[in-house]
Amino acid sequence: MSVATESPAPRNYEVVPKTSPEGSELDGELLEVAMGPQHPSTHGVFRMDVVLDGETVVKLKPVFGYLHRNHEKIAENTSYLGSMPYTDRLDYFCSLTNNWAYALAVEKLAGLQVPERAEFIRVITAELTRLQNHTSVCGFLLQDMGALGTPLMYAFREREKILDLFESLTGARMMCNYMRFGGCRCDLPPGWLDRVRKIVGDFPQFLDSYEALLNTNEILLARTQGVGRLPRELAISAGVTGPMLRACGVDYDIRKVDHYGIYDRFEFRIPLGEQGDVYDRYMIRLLEIRESLKILQQALKEVPGGPIIDPKAKLRSFRPKVGEAYGRIEGPKGELGFYLISDGSPNPYRYRVRPPSLINLTILEDMCLGQSVADAVVTLGSVDIVLGEVDR
Amino acid sequence: MIEEGLKNELAKQGVVLTTLQELYNWGRGNSVWPLSFGLACCAIEMMAASMAKWDIARFGSEVFRPSPRQADLMIVAGTVTKKMAPQVVRLYNQMPEPKYVIAMGACAISGGPFKQGYNVLKGIDRLLPVDIHIPGCPPRPEALLHALITLQKKIEIEALTGPNRPRHLDADAPSEFPVPQFGEHDIVPAMNPLLWKPTQVVR
Repeated sequence: MSVATESPAPRNYEVVPKTSPEGSELDGELLEVAMGPQHPSTHGVFRMDVVLDGETVVKLKPVFGYLHRNHEKIAENTSYLGSMPYTDRLDYFCSLTNNWAYALAVEKLAGLQVPERAEFIRVITAELTRLQNHTSVCGFLLQDMGALGTPLMYAFREREKILDLFESLTGARMMCNYMRFGGCRCDLPPGWLDRVRKIVGDFPQFLDSYEALLNTNEILLARTQGVGRLPRELAISAGVTGPMLRACGVDYDIRKVDHYGIYDRFEFRIPLGEQGDVYDRYMIRLLEIRESLKILQQALKEVPGGPIIDPKAKLRSFRPKVGEAYGRIEGPKGELGFYLISDGSPNPYRYRVRPPSLINLTILEDMCLGQSVADAVVTLGSVDIVLGEVDR
Repeated sequence: MIEEGLKNELAKQGVVLTTLQELYNWGRGNSVWPLSFGLACCAIEMMAASMAKWDIARFGSEVFRPSPRQADLMIVAGTVTKKMAPQVVRLYNQMPEPKYVIAMGACAISGGPFKQGYNVLKGIDRLLPVDIHIPGCPPRPEALLHALITLQKKIEIEALTGPNRPRHLDADAPSEFPVPQFGEHDIVPAMNPLLWKPTQVVR
């Protein structure tokens, strides 16, 4: 018996054109599809009204508002401190960075000085937040591509370790409500920094295995490279910030631009992409994790002692003087800003959030036009939206 | 009913005796498939419950179905706004009987911290029959697992016949609920009077 060793001849398949020639009877009708608000890959209650020609996206209209929770109106009717727990629920992956941005705006308004130790704690918690956000986002992105389970489970395994740290520090896993105007709410529990050191020390190992598993995966490359390309000029003119902007090659990071907190003491680099496609955004996030780890290692070396809150800060009957302030930080999703106007009363007169997710989402149609609907899903996954922040 | 001692004695001999009701409820209770349906912050904790650390698969509920046609359980995980409420009810109506609802988190129970907002529904139990409420903002994954176990216990004792039989075995009981529409100021109807009545304040 002989085994055929010859490889089979390639077959020729007839490729049916996606759209028929103009004027023929088979002219494709456009199909309108409402993706969402209940859809496994819209990351919450977000709706994309897409108009499809076959599988190609001809028009895409994002529909927001399914999670509009009156955040700004409620904040104008509560005291300054009373809005702090609401900021947790804006971007519910990154409550600590939201807290920081809000605290920064109020500190500018009231002229409070943050003690050294509190600044270090803020940097450490913010960078830990960035770690867990970026790992989770990469997991979600891969889930949108069909890698159901494994990458997201790995990401959540690491995320749980960081959430345990948050829990022992602030008492809550997700809704930390930790920052106060002029400092932080409570001091670090004993041994906390050692636990952070251990997790930060172990993280590169996880990242290496994660990248080895995924970065050169053929499916990942095929589904992301050249998909959802965002031109540099459009990104700048649309006000896109964060990893989305840096993936287009624009060197803009509020940590470097604004020198808020104590970031100018640390040495870290800003990873930049070239193409501005989904793969660049994915890689930028992974590289940012490595830079965050560098910041964490430097910050953990020299956490000073001292008070954790400005002694001038008043928690009760807090009335900043008349004026306005804008505080912004480099959140994991982009520039997160809070704009406050004070009229001298206990409540802010106007309270406005600059949500990076919403502004990064405005150019979704430009990125998706002419691509297949499956690529639109991947493109949306790479924008990294959280609906709590988009709709507020 | 079979005597417990006799049942144990027979089990030692390799004979398992049970009633149809127990078998039916045992099977249903241990394979509750939730609808993968996240609304807000609580959905992240719901996802965390399905991941490796909390592992909802231990309780037979790891199969999150994206289609309501294949789901048994709706976990209302997050704030239900008035824009989203019609969709939530419509999804519930599309689920096949027997179906259950868990209201996860303060927002789904009562509106939670956003209750004073003009756009937030003050509790999903105004529109849907909720079986289990989980307090918390957001509830921990353990709380979700506890709710699931509580639901399983509830399923375990459901009678197949008789006046106390559950809704899905009662032809007269409603299985679909009216989908609210956008009205001039609020959704219409703002609540289902069969399910929820405003509390009467007695002074």
